Amino acid sequence: MMLWETFLLAQKTIRRNKLRSALTILGIVIGVSAVISMVTLGSGATQKVTSDISKLGSNVLHVRPGQGMRGPGGARSSSDPFKIEDATAIKNSIAGLQAVAPVAETSGQAIYGSNNWSTSVTGGTNDFFIVQGWDLDEGRTFSDSELQAGKSVCLIGKTIQKELFANESPTGKTMRLGKISFKIIGTLKEKGQSNFGTDQDDLVVIPLKTLQRRMAGNSDVRTILVAVQEGVSTTGVQKEIELLMRERRGIAPGQEADFHVRDMKEIIDTLTGTTTVLTALLSAVAGVSLLVGGIGIMNIMLVSVTERTREIGTRLAIGALERDVLLQFLVESVSLSSLGGLIGILLGLGGAALCSKLIGVPFVFKPGIVAAAFFFSGAVGIVFGYVPAKKAAQMDPIEALRYE
Amino acid sequence: MQTDTTPLIQLQGVSKIYGKGQAAVKALDAVDLQIHQGEFVAMMGPSGSGKSTSLNILGCLDTPGSGQYYFDGVAVGSLSRDQRAVLRRQFLGFIFQGFNLLNRTSAIENVELPLIYRKIPARHRREMAQEALCAVGLEKWQNHTPGELSGGQQQRVAIARAIVGKPRVLLADEPTGNLDSVRSIEIMEMLRTFNQRDGITIIMVTHEPDMAEFCKRQMQFQDGHIISDTAVEDTL
Repeated sequence: MMLWETFLLAQKTIRRNKLRSALTILGIVIGVSAVISMVTLGSGATQKVTSDISKLGSNVLHVRPGQGMRGPGGARSSSDPFKIEDATAIKNSIAGLQAVAPVAETSGQAIYGSNNWSTSVTGGTNDFFIVQGWDLDEGRTFSDSELQAGKSVCLIGKTIQKELFANESPTGKTMRLGKISFKIIGTLKEKGQSNFGTDQDDLVVIPLKTLQRRMAGNSDVRTILVAVQEGVSTTGVQKEIELLMRERRGIAPGQEADFHVRDMKEIIDTLTGTTTVLTALLSAVAGVSLLVGGIGIMNIMLVSVTERTREIGTRLAIGALERDVLLQFLVESVSLSSLGGLIGILLGLGGAALCSKLIGVPFVFKPGIVAAAFFFSGAVGIVFGYVPAKKAAQMDPIEALRYE
Repeated sequence: MQTDTTPLIQLQGVSKIYGKGQAAVKALDAVDLQIHQGEFVAMMGPSGSGKSTSLNILGCLDTPGSGQYYFDGVAVGSLSRDQRAVLRRQFLGFIFQGFNLLNRTSAIENVELPLIYRKIPARHRREMAQEALCAVGLEKWQNHTPGELSGGQQQRVAIARAIVGKPRVLLADEPTGNLDSVRSIEIMEMLRTFNQRDGITIIMVTHEPDMAEFCKRQMQFQDGHIISDTAVEDTL
C-alpha cells in the first residue's frame, strides 16, 4: 500500500468521526497552544525588557551599599551608606568616565494650588540627567550654587506637569513638596513606561544636598550611578571602582565587600535567567500535556481497532500485509496528533499575537519552538499509536472476519 | 473436469486440531483432496464438519496442523504470514456470507481495495474496478455506499472485489447465506458465468443443496472427513 493512499485513507477516517477526532486531539491542542503562546509571549517580554534596559544605557554601573543580590532591586542591608565624597573620589581617580551621579531618593506629596500628587523625589546632580539620558523640555538644569547650597529648586517629569499644571507652563512657578516650597526651574522630556511597568515620568529631581538636608535629614547617598565613556570597558571600570571603594571603606583583601557594583548586563542576565527557568518549567508542562494527549490518542486508537476488527480481517484476507495494516493505523494516529499539534500551534500563535497587543509586548515568532512542537506532537502519534497499530496488524484474519 | 495435469490445489493428509487436551477438537482428520484449474466445487456438511476449516486452509488464511497443502506446487505450510498474504492477493478472491464491504466507502472504492495492496497505479485501478463492476452489472452504482445498496447488490460488489484482480481461485463462504432465493440464484448464476466463461476455479461452502446444484462437483464433510465427492451431471 502506498504511503499517499494510506494518508488519504487516514484523512477520510478522521473526517468520518469528526467529534471523536476533535475530542481525541484536544489534549494535544491545549498542551501545544499553551506552550506556544507562553514561549512566544515570554520571549516578547524578554526582548522588551532587554531593549528597554539597553536604552537606559548598557554603559551604566550601579554602585550600592550591601551585598549584591540576584535580581533587580536587591541591595537592602544595613551596610554603611555612601557619601557624596565617595562619588567625588570615583570621579577624580578613575579615568574614562562620562558622568558620576550620586543619587538619593525619597517620596513625597507634590502640591500646586488645589492639586496634589504623590510622587518619587530624586536628589541628584546634573550628572544624573546625563546618566539616565534625560533631556530638558523647558528651562534649565541646576546651577553650581544651587547644588552647593542645597537650594529649593526642582525639575519635574511630564506626569507631574500633567497632574498639577494641566495646560499651564510650570517653569518659574512654585510648588510644594510636603512642607517645603520648591521653585520649578525646568521640565523633563517624556520617557514613557519603564521595563518594569512603572511610569518613569512620575518624578521630581532636586539637588542632592537639598534632599539630604531638608528632607532626609542625613548625608547618605543611596546609589552612585557611573556612566562609562564609549569604548571604555565597563568590566575594567567596575574592577577599579571595587578596588577604590574597598580601600575607602577599609575592607581587607579577601574579606567580603559590603557594597556591590553592577552593570546593566548583569541585570539583563538576571532577567533572562528568570525566563530560562520559566521556559524549562513550561517545557515540563508541555511534556506532561503531550503525555496525557498521547494516552488519549492511544485509548481511542485501541477502541477504533476493536471497532474495525472485521474491516481489518477483510483487508488481511484480500491481501494486506502486516505492515500495510500497521502503517494504516500508525498514519492515522500520527495524522491525528500532528493535526492536534498544528491546531495548537495556530491557536497558540493567535493567542500570543492577541495578548502581546493587549499587554504591549512585541510579538516574537520563534520558528524553533513551533518546529519542535510540531515534531513532538507527531512523535507522540508514533509512540502512542504503535501499540494499537501492532494489535491490528497481528490480528488473525479468521478470528477478525468472524468478529461481531 | 479431471485431467492428468498437476492439480491446482492439493491437500495431502491434512489435519487440524483446535484447542488442547480434553477440549481438543479435530476439525480436519487426514483429508486428501485435489482440485484442478476450472473446477466449481461445493463443500457441504453440517456445522463443525470441517468444511469451513478446509476453506480457510485452501484460502491460505490458516495453515494445516499436519500434512501438506500445495497450491500450484507451492507448499503453503512453509510460507510466512506475509508470504501467504501475497499469495492471497495475487491468486485468490474471497466472498463472505456477510459481504464484509467497508462502510461509508463507495462501491468502486471497495472494489479497488485489493488493487491498492497490489500497488497498482490509481488510474489503472479505477479502470479495472469499473470493468469488474460492469461484470456484475453494477456500473451505474459505483458511487453508492453499501448502505445505499440492497443485500444482493452488496454481494455483487463483493464479487466484483473478489474478481477484480483476476484471481485463479474464488473462495466463497456461504455466499448466499444472507440472501433470499431470487437473489441467491442471481448470485449463483453469476458465479457460474465466471467459472464457465473465464475459467476461474470456484470453491464454495454452502449448506443449501439448491445452491450446490449449480456446482460441478459436490463434497460432503462429516467429522473432519470427506464422506462423499461426486461430480454433478450438467443440468443445463
